[in-house]
Amino acid sequence: MAQAIRMRVKLVGDVADVRVLIEHPMETGLRKDPATGEFVPMHFIQTMTATLNGKPVLEAQWSRAVARNPYVQFRIRGAKVDDEVGIAWVDNRGETNSTTTKVPAPH
Amino acid sequence: MRLMRRVALRRLGTGAGLCAAALAGLLRPLVAVAAQWNKTAFEAQVLTDALKELGLSDPEESADIVIKAPEIAENGAQVPIELSTRIPGAQAIYIFVDKNPQPFAASFSFMDTAEPFVSTRIKMAETSMLRVIVRAAQKHYVASREVKVTIGGCGE
Repeated sequence: MAQAIRMRVKLVGDVADVRVLIEHPMETGLRKDPATGEFVPMHFIQTMTATLNGKPVLEAQWSRAVARNPYVQFRIRGAKVDDEVGIAWVDNRGETNSTTTKVPAPH
Repeated sequence: MRLMRRVALRRLGTGAGLCAAALAGLLRPLVAVAAQWNKTAFEAQVLTDALKELGLSDPEESADIVIKAPEIAENGAQVPIELSTRIPGAQAIYIFVDKNPQPFAASFSFMDTAEPFVSTRIKMAETSMLRVIVRAAQKHYVASREVKVTIGGCGE
């Protein structure tokens, strides 16, 4: 399954405004598969970490109540053009994904 | 005499600063432990149990927590919320939905230069209070808001 992380960073003054969209089913375990009538097993992201130049700036812990394909927006002060913003997640099955992007110059 | 007292106080201040720096170093391993997914808190079926597990019982009401959420959410599977706070020294924001099967929805800890702000989307099983707790240095604060849900997002 392709599980992309899309990230958009906008520099406003010295604040990096980060928007992240993670592809993930975030299954609660309470949803029935319409085809089989069986419950779809729980499958959800438990921790998400954001870094600025490798240093942790945000640590999130999630339950199954975070919506499917999680969207997160956060802000980091003291960011500069070409700083590296990183995102990583781990789910309840131990699956992980991560990505990084550079802070672009403001328009 | 008064001057002496002032000097003494200033010295005390410096000492306290050093202590805080030393403590910060000591506390680092604790923070790493805290980053473990809090299974007990997330699996609690009653709000008070989740709060107790997280050490957030009896929070103080605060007008300095800003909750942006729809009054009526048509789709409980995708409820957009935006949370921020002006409380000095805010370290983390915790989100609770009283009437979800497990009320503790998510937590966001802010480190280094991250601002105490987050915007995300959550699932709500039914109309419920949305409770936001902010953890600052020594205290924790709460603000809450009712969100009416037209179609529950539990089976999503």
